[in-house]
Amino acid sequence: MSDAILVKDLTKHFGSITAVDQISFSVKKGEIFGFLGPNGAGKTTTTRMITGIIKPDAGEIQILGYNMVTAPLLAKQKCGVVPETSNAYPDLTAWQNLMFMGEIFGLPDAYARRQSETLLRAFELTEHAGRKVQSFSKGMKQRLVLAMALLHEPELLFLDEPTSGLDVSSSRLILSMLREMNKRGVTIFLTTHNMDEANNLCHQVGIIRSGKLIAIDSPEKLKNTIDRLHQVEVSFEQEISEDLLRIMPGIIQISHIGDKWKISGENKDALIRSLVRLSEREGLTIISLHTLAPTLDDVFLQLTGGQYS
Amino acid sequence: MNSRIIGEQVVRAWAVAKKDIRIYYYKPPVLISGILMPVFLYLAFLMGSKPVPMSFLISGLLGMTLFFTSTAVSPVVFPWEGQAKTLERLVSCPIAPEAIILGDMIASSVFGIAVTVVALIIGLMLGASVLNWVVLICAILLGALCFSAIGILLSVPPTAIPQNIMLLSTLVKFPLIFISGIFMPVDQLPPLGQTLALISPLTYFTDVVRISYTGGGSFPIGFDLGMLLAFTVILILASVVLHKKTMPLRI
Repeated sequence: MSDAILVKDLTKHFGSITAVDQISFSVKKGEIFGFLGPNGAGKTTTTRMITGIIKPDAGEIQILGYNMVTAPLLAKQKCGVVPETSNAYPDLTAWQNLMFMGEIFGLPDAYARRQSETLLRAFELTEHAGRKVQSFSKGMKQRLVLAMALLHEPELLFLDEPTSGLDVSSSRLILSMLREMNKRGVTIFLTTHNMDEANNLCHQVGIIRSGKLIAIDSPEKLKNTIDRLHQVEVSFEQEISEDLLRIMPGIIQISHIGDKWKISGENKDALIRSLVRLSEREGLTIISLHTLAPTLDDVFLQLTGGQYS
Repeated sequence: MNSRIIGEQVVRAWAVAKKDIRIYYYKPPVLISGILMPVFLYLAFLMGSKPVPMSFLISGLLGMTLFFTSTAVSPVVFPWEGQAKTLERLVSCPIAPEAIILGDMIASSVFGIAVTVVALIIGLMLGASVLNWVVLICAILLGALCFSAIGILLSVPPTAIPQNIMLLSTLVKFPLIFISGIFMPVDQLPPLGQTLALISPLTYFTDVVRISYTGGGSFPIGFDLGMLLAFTVILILASVVLHKKTMPLRI
């Protein structure tokens, strides 16, 4: 598989601040790549450079073989961009927005019309085609912006928080469309704060912090990197104090959420045995006991030093 | 850029122009004020105490109409689009900054020409007959492009607040009216006024329109049209260079 995106030593300064510091990575064709990082980490700046919205101070960006700095028009022709905030023209109707995109991408009129009809149907917007976008709900606007990005059938799609703040049905519709498009071979670059989304969708995840790419791998491999941290979730019938749990050997962290205790230790087996011994000794009844695998959230929090977006 | 890409970009600039016309110009308040403006200008000048021959008056009125309408909306398109994030959409599409600027200029020129045609028709109805239609049409086309380029240039400061640009626009536009031979021929202005008139493209537009109505002006036809063309080219180039610098700051 060749690269859809190839980024080498990408750097951007804003005055004395280095927003993006010599980051390099590649995204294979047909992949869904999740780009994660806390606020201010450099995600948006990186995405804007890759999509040709701003120019980098240094480094190279290849989009499907085209250099984004020296041949931006050819590179952009292959891409669709869905920003976090809807940027369809509010004074135009949904149909006029789609037709305008068709003209900007140089599509033949008949093809643009056919595609628009198909996309409006797919995104459940057909009956709103003649309405001005200013009257649309957030979910409708986001679906329209995605339709506008897909009109020219891009090989590479950039999405920034595509489901942020959307209702469940719009969110599900968009995610199922993304999976469908990926099945058809579209490469997807997804900037997200939603770990579940990244975990369930992405083949590869990159985590950026303070302008530097600090991790890049598949979600499962990333989770394995912190597998040394074993967690057990236990619930007792009786009320107990944290001090009682603290006496167990090998405990790293304890948290009490609702009627459950979440205990992290160095060794899962030792942790379970200690809990059983403790319950026997103290006459406690265990209601439930689960072992927890590290989540992408845990990876993210550990790698970004606890900063959440 | 090869000729195929240039051709594609011109087509895309036309798409931007159509979008601008739909969003910013083809609106009842804009259309009504566009029609009313020349009417009020005529009324103001015809009802003045000092009688002025129509053939002299009309060149100034056409000059003011084209100048004000071509620079009315174009300065605020970039700030509006920056504010609404629609500029970010355009920049992420395969359209060159030059084509976006050209599209905005075409839309502004079309609006300016349409309103000037209204003023021209009113003039004809009031008895102002044109001696040289070819020169007049060339002047209006070139003037519309030139004044639209002024409007685009005024929108260079990377603010997302349209009012800031409107203020700057007013500060630049009104002084130009007084130094451009609209109210009296350039050769009758005081020496300082005559010197300042040379740096205003409106001077050459007013003069060439006056020639097309009366047969006589302060400069030769070729010089007037040449200066309008030179101003247009310089203003477009300056707009492209400066907008390329400030466009990323709006996004």
